Amino acid sequence: MTQTNRLSGGQIDRNTTLNFRFDNRSYTAHSGDTLASALLANGVRMIGRSFKYHRPRGVLTAGSEEPNGIVELRTGNRKEPNTRATTTEMFDGLEAQSQNRWPSLKYDALAVNDLFSNFLSAGFYYKTFMWPAAFWEKLYEPMIRRAAGLGSLSMEDDPDEYDKGFRHCDLLIIGSGPSGLMAALTAGRAGADVILADEDFALGGRLNSETFTLGDHSASDWAAQAVAELSALPNVRLMPRTTVIGAFDHGVYGAVERTGDHLPTLPAAKPRQILWRIYTKRALLCAGATERPIAFENNDRPGIMMAGALRSYANRFAVTASERVAIFTNNDDGHRTAADMHAKGVKIAAVVDVRDDAPTSHDYEVLRGAQVTDTKGRHGLTFVEVALADGTTRTLDCGALGVSGGWNPNVHLTCHQRGRPAWNEALAAFVPGPDLPVGLSVAGAANGVMSTHGALQSGAEEAAQLLELSGALPDLPKAEDAPVAQKPFWCVEGCKRAWLDQQNDVTVKDVKLSYQEGFRSVEHLKRYTTLGMATDQGKTSNMGGLAIMAEVAGKSIPETGTTIFRPPYTPVPIGTFAGRMRGQEFHPTRLTPSHYWAKERGAVFVEVGNWLRAQWFPLPGETHWRESVDREVRQTRASVGVCDCTTLGKIDVQGTDAAAFLNRIYANGFAKLAVGKTRYGLMLREDGIAMDDGTAGRLAEDHFVVTTTTANAANVYRHMEFVRQCLCPDMDVQLISTTEAWAQYAVAGPNARKLLQKIVDPEFDISNEGFPFMACGNITVCGGLRARLFRISFSGELAFEIAVPARYGDALMRRLMTEGEEFAVVPYGTEALGVMRIEKGHAAGNELNGTTTALNLGMGRMVSKKKDSIGSTLSEREALNEPDALRMVGIKPVDADHKITAGGHLMNTEGPVDAAHDQGYVTSAAYSPSLNSSIGLGFLKNGGNRLGEQMRLVSPVTDLTVEVEIVSAHFVDPEGERVRA
Amino acid sequence: MSVHDLVAITALGGSEPCVETVGAVTCTEVPGVALASVAARLGQESKAAKALAKLIGSPAPGIGRTSGEALTAFWAGPEQWMVEAPFETHEEIADQATTAMGETASVTEQTDAWTRFDLSGDGIPAVLELLCQLDLRTLDEGSAARCSIHHVGCFVLCRTSRLFSLYGPRASVGTLHHAIITAMRSAL
Amino acid sequence: MIINHPLLGPRDASEFAYLGDASLIDRPDWQAENAAEAFYEYAYLRDNPVGEHRELWFHEAGDRSWLVVTRNTMTHEISKVELARDVARARGRSK
Repeated sequence: MTQTNRLSGGQIDRNTTLNFRFDNRSYTAHSGDTLASALLANGVRMIGRSFKYHRPRGVLTAGSEEPNGIVELRTGNRKEPNTRATTTEMFDGLEAQSQNRWPSLKYDALAVNDLFSNFLSAGFYYKTFMWPAAFWEKLYEPMIRRAAGLGSLSMEDDPDEYDKGFRHCDLLIIGSGPSGLMAALTAGRAGADVILADEDFALGGRLNSETFTLGDHSASDWAAQAVAELSALPNVRLMPRTTVIGAFDHGVYGAVERTGDHLPTLPAAKPRQILWRIYTKRALLCAGATERPIAFENNDRPGIMMAGALRSYANRFAVTASERVAIFTNNDDGHRTAADMHAKGVKIAAVVDVRDDAPTSHDYEVLRGAQVTDTKGRHGLTFVEVALADGTTRTLDCGALGVSGGWNPNVHLTCHQRGRPAWNEALAAFVPGPDLPVGLSVAGAANGVMSTHGALQSGAEEAAQLLELSGALPDLPKAEDAPVAQKPFWCVEGCKRAWLDQQNDVTVKDVKLSYQEGFRSVEHLKRYTTLGMATDQGKTSNMGGLAIMAEVAGKSIPETGTTIFRPPYTPVPIGTFAGRMRGQEFHPTRLTPSHYWAKERGAVFVEVGNWLRAQWFPLPGETHWRESVDREVRQTRASVGVCDCTTLGKIDVQGTDAAAFLNRIYANGFAKLAVGKTRYGLMLREDGIAMDDGTAGRLAEDHFVVTTTTANAANVYRHMEFVRQCLCPDMDVQLISTTEAWAQYAVAGPNARKLLQKIVDPEFDISNEGFPFMACGNITVCGGLRARLFRISFSGELAFEIAVPARYGDALMRRLMTEGEEFAVVPYGTEALGVMRIEKGHAAGNELNGTTTALNLGMGRMVSKKKDSIGSTLSEREALNEPDALRMVGIKPVDADHKITAGGHLMNTEGPVDAAHDQGYVTSAAYSPSLNSSIGLGFLKNGGNRLGEQMRLVSPVTDLTVEVEIVSAHFVDPEGERVRA
Repeated sequence: MSVHDLVAITALGGSEPCVETVGAVTCTEVPGVALASVAARLGQESKAAKALAKLIGSPAPGIGRTSGEALTAFWAGPEQWMVEAPFETHEEIADQATTAMGETASVTEQTDAWTRFDLSGDGIPAVLELLCQLDLRTLDEGSAARCSIHHVGCFVLCRTSRLFSLYGPRASVGTLHHAIITAMRSAL
Repeated sequence: MIINHPLLGPRDASEFAYLGDASLIDRPDWQAENAAEAFYEYAYLRDNPVGEHRELWFHEAGDRSWLVVTRNTMTHEISKVELARDVARARGRSK
């Protein structure tokens, strides 16, 4: 099809022809078009179906305020529903589909809804689908969603990349119309760091849509020259295709730059969009104004558009929606559209102006004191019925009607920190109120300054004021400066099915009905009728709805109040908020020093916090994880095993008060710990609940190395800094994390010493006498490499932890494996580690679960009463020390074939199974290859005195009941002979 | 010097440092640096600053700054610095710093706690603005700032306008390197 | 949000971890006669002011300073930022 509705002129590149498809038909367009302008150029007025009544709809506006012209853009996994055709920049190969119609846009099955509109009025959902409640989820909601949905999702992963970025400037200017450009020139020439952002791909705002002049230039030429000057300034950054979506606290602005949406395909590794966080102490909102409609009967047909939008399409895009156009206006701006279109050769059917004193024209007919009362045309406008001033009726033959009810300043961003717009009587519109976000000023039409000269001047003045510039303002080009007064005219009297919100199908009648039904607050009106919701957030509809509400309430608009706007200014794809943080990149991944070696060995990895740890090391032929884990446990207990425990937090604590500091953070005492010794430490929260545990080794009088659990490393470090800086500011103690500096491996099992003796340099005595249980010290290995050795054991075996600088960790692990061959050394993962610590009865995260005290953990006596430590006072509370307080115990099934399940609760063998009779619960469970039985750890009331008792382990949720016996938590080597061997 | 026979690998797991160029910017993994943190003891702050100055042959760096030449130091926190030295000659920088600082400061080996990437060439700010929140306008020659890059805590050092060093925790280096290279491909 | 760090200048709030009321600095004396009651109040009871609130923030992705930030809970305006260590000293915690 040819572009039948193309006019002359415009800012499109006629030398570039682009092909695109809409609803599977091919069309052509030019570079510089939007999808909307291209469709209009090709005579396509009907673009979609409405939300509720499935009425045919076309484009209403030429900007991001568009409620109707929304489509599904692109195909496959790049399909994006609810995309505004009015802001979609044309590219070659663009594909779009209309929405909310079946089987086709022209013949839509659910258009029948329109005939039953009486039943679909305000609050329809609330009234109809009330009960039974169970029907909601299964029946009503899916049904409503299918019928009333907008576009549909692809249900596939978004294949595109998105970036996040951060920029700083002295002045952010939002909008590049006359006020924005003048502000940027003022600030840029003065040397300030300026960012000028505009949602459009062409900078210039309304100047690109007007025919008046600025000085000696056409409006669009002046804009182009200003942009050229700005782009040559190194301190000015122009950001077209960038929507400032929100104004946040303390001068932080969110902005979405569409770097790839206008490209047929994204270049490799380039983002589709970038979410910028712009930091600036000062910002200037130059967002212009949005034209507001007038409600009249059947005002939603394709071809009925905003008058300013018709003018934009004609002047900027060289397109008319029809060869015969009428205008319905209450202000002079509507006449400007008629004049411009007439000049372009479009036939003006008439200008219908509600004012008796409207200006007249030699070029076309002006119907003064007249109103549009109805329209005709099922799939697009054909006729407009007009009530004339003398009471007679006239029918105008036209395919497009431009409507202007005046202009509303774009106050959106001024509301983002709860600022309320203020009513301006002269403009009959809301203007920015006094409570603006700190540092934000408003210029031009956004601030109610409606003339071009006024916009230029206020842009320059506000920029100068914000930056505290001295000296004269730049010269302003001579521009139109007609006074603008707007008399309110919201709807034609007697109209009913007159649309206020075309996106949500809310009519004048709906608003009146909601008022009759008792909804008095604008917030309630909004939620009851859905006025102003969805993708356009009521940019064209809120004002009209509010005015009708005020009218029926007999109040003024300011008395009625207004809803305020929240971020984002326009819809943002979820992917843009996610940025690079998707899938594996959702959080950082930390790798252990033995990671590459473990990967070669075929280890199975598990995420522990951000760490990837080897979970077990399967051997060829092993088909079930239990085979591998049982083997690792047995082999370690029989000979020797090695496990990477680098992930434990390691904090260097130094200073003359280091020991006193540890005394403060640990419940047990550290002051008397000898140099060269390590001690287990239990850290409490101030409320007496266990926070974390670990060991602290004393390397020197004034030097300790503290370990934390893997999961709590960051929290414990933060807590220690809190104690140091906020509670003990004059202790001489210095903290630094050394977790990643050292590769640390547990070497455990009866042959652990023999293996290590092959690696530790001979001058270091690591015999039981020379390096007894809980010893620690600096050593060297492999011929002089500095290392640290700790004789500590989590497995319950004779064990050491050896640490070397992380870069040598890979080599050390390989060395341990080759040197350990004669002992059949086995690497073990976190699973075997967990089994062995349960067998040994060591508490871990499952037991230190944020509800348990030292007493519960069987370490009540460790809490020193002789010193001030965090949590010691409140750990003495009566309720935490009842005789039947929970105690950690071991749990074994009576029948060895039965399984202990973590999370199960302990009940007496007789009596009811309910919360009132709960005796305790299981925290950890594993199969013990050492005992050939499932075992568990848990907490039992008065558990210390109930060893040997039989109980029921139950889980009503999973119908579990197992007969169990309560035993000591120390299943293996209860006397601790092995660790001291 | 140690004469042990263990072979080091770089943080990215290679035997040689990883070098990647996109456009006019090159990202180089730098394993050849030894680090030690120096934290002044309470009440010894000015003595510690003097001892540090003597060690690096240049005044101790102030807040957010670097200083020194063969040995350099950068500010890491209140009364706390990181000393950088060539690994070849100063693998045991922590011992050397401990001797130099005496009783005035606590010294901790940090060599393998961190991994360094150097960004060199033209257009580095376009890469950094996709990575960190720092105001790059204030990050002039000799600046050192700590920040978060994709939730990884890092130091960013500006050596010259065409050479930046990024330090990130060794274990997270895969994430950091991926973030840097991705940003380079995106921005350049 | 932006927190104006006393040493480093304006920094994005996302670099910080929040703890809560700055009254946590005023940890009671464990040997006082009413220590149990005092610790109970210290650990559990907080004012919930409309308006100015002094609170503790940790510069986790920065220089690891604890800060006392005076923030208006209604407007988010931050009127004062101090090093918590200085505040702690001023409140007599140097012992």
